[in-house]
Amino acid sequence: MRQEDFQPGGDRFPLTRRSVIEAARSIDAEERERALEALCAAYWKPVYKYVRWRWHRPPDVAQDLTQGFFAELLERELLDKFDSNKSRLRTYLRVCVDSFIVNEDKAEGRQKRGGSIPHVALDFAAAEEELGATGIDPARIASPESLEEFFEKEWVRSLFTLAVEDLREWCEQRERSRTFRLFEAYDLEGNEKSSYEQLSKDYGISVTDVTNALSWARREFRKIALDRLRELCGSEEEFHREARAAFGWNAK
Amino acid sequence: MKFLSNNALERLREGAEAPDLAGTRYRLLERIARGGMGVVYAAEDENLQRRVALKVLDVPGTDGDLANRLVREARVLAALEHPGIVPVHDVGTLADGRVFYTMKFVEGRRLDKYIESVTSIPDRLRIFVRICDAVAFAHARGVLHRDLKPANIMVGPFGEVLVMDWGLAKILHSGDSNGARAADRDATIFEKPKQRGIPSDSTEVSVVTGHGTILGTPGYMSPEQARGDVELLDARSDIFSLGALLRFILTGNPESGSTPGAVRIDKSLSAIGAKATAASPPQRYPNVQEMALDISRYLDGLAVGAHQETLLEKAGRFYRRYRFFILLIAAYLAMRVLILLFLHR
Repeated sequence: MRQEDFQPGGDRFPLTRRSVIEAARSIDAEERERALEALCAAYWKPVYKYVRWRWHRPPDVAQDLTQGFFAELLERELLDKFDSNKSRLRTYLRVCVDSFIVNEDKAEGRQKRGGSIPHVALDFAAAEEELGATGIDPARIASPESLEEFFEKEWVRSLFTLAVEDLREWCEQRERSRTFRLFEAYDLEGNEKSSYEQLSKDYGISVTDVTNALSWARREFRKIALDRLRELCGSEEEFHREARAAFGWNAK
Repeated sequence: MKFLSNNALERLREGAEAPDLAGTRYRLLERIARGGMGVVYAAEDENLQRRVALKVLDVPGTDGDLANRLVREARVLAALEHPGIVPVHDVGTLADGRVFYTMKFVEGRRLDKYIESVTSIPDRLRIFVRICDAVAFAHARGVLHRDLKPANIMVGPFGEVLVMDWGLAKILHSGDSNGARAADRDATIFEKPKQRGIPSDSTEVSVVTGHGTILGTPGYMSPEQARGDVELLDARSDIFSLGALLRFILTGNPESGSTPGAVRIDKSLSAIGAKATAASPPQRYPNVQEMALDISRYLDGLAVGAHQETLLEKAGRFYRRYRFFILLIAAYLAMRVLILLFLHR
């Protein structure tokens, strides 16, 4: 039995994030760039998938539009105009995407853009694979409500993916790799047949150790995901609303 | 980065919901219910080795509106030590930053479920009087419940009645003793988010108006509460809810009406319900004690203050109250008549 399996929570993920909305309005150029990177990391996949489904654009055009949108977000300082009292950032960005595409279509002079989103690798091939894996029929998300739901789901997927990656790195830093593997095996890849007993056999540890490791990983995941979410919200009220949406607390 | 399937998203959500009880004396047992602010779990107090109910917020933070409201709810409960109000044990912040409080674990049934097993009207009314006792006590302490409805009343295995969910409670200004006190406006503007998928609370509303926030449940909410007239709320607003609750207890419907198939109730009880649910607060009972007194008078076969009886109704009530003696005297007189007839034959 290793120490990592039964620590109740002595080592906590450091919470240091600041709202991207505030950071985007900073006079510090580095701060602004960091804000856009954070925003882009969380939203590029939902935006890309949204452009593909909502606007029925082929992959190459959708890629170009996605990059163009984030470039415009920076150039036109659209985040400055966001008011968290009036809407959620998620909804605001979706509306901005729609306007951007309508304007691009009107201009008919869309130029290839790219490289304007520093330090964020946009793996469009992976996003295409994910679109296929979601098994969503584009014809069934034609209504505005279902488009909103689609965008929300992809936004949650993106947020949770980033949080899982943060957790993986955090576990590696804390020499808790096995804890992450247990979390991955049960919470990410598990199904109704998965059990703590099976994991304890697979990893040669007690069921209590599996329980403790998973409890720790879930707590840290929750904390990391909420911290990332807080960064993507303009106010405490918006954060509460978005936390409820992301974790499904409204629907239970 | 690995793609997260829909199944993984659901499992992550489920896993992330459980509260972090590390460093507390509680051990998580099971989820009992979800409310507007958070979740209620059954937990074990490992020091005292007893089961408690643990209410915890969804989101971390100790200075937000919801956190303030949960702490406030705990403090309201702590100030209301009464057999009809669930006692609170502890309040604090968990390691994951979420505010929580623990309270007595109530094993029982919600009133709307329990009442189906009570067929006697007097027995139903006795339950109602116990609800009135708890609400009257809270009013005496300057606290309005503001969300009295069957789903917020629990009946325990020994018939104990507990008024639950003081999350919408409002503290009135102190210093006024007539039970109809002015509202503390600042203390009332907090929102109870609309809930979905919870049968007990699915009808709750929360709407911000020009006057204040509408909080409560249609059918049980007073007109002034429904309008969001926060400054007008006083004990009589809860009396309206009690009137609707009385109707529900008697007929299964909180609202009055002569719809086909509606259960007919005694005129006196109907009058009590009508007085309690009058549209204008001054026409209602001035305090809960008077309403409870009317119910007790009805149970004792006495005239109720809410209803002006006709001579026939008075006679009928007199007969019902003294039926045994009246029948005894009638039997005695009949016997005497029979004896006289027999002797004169």
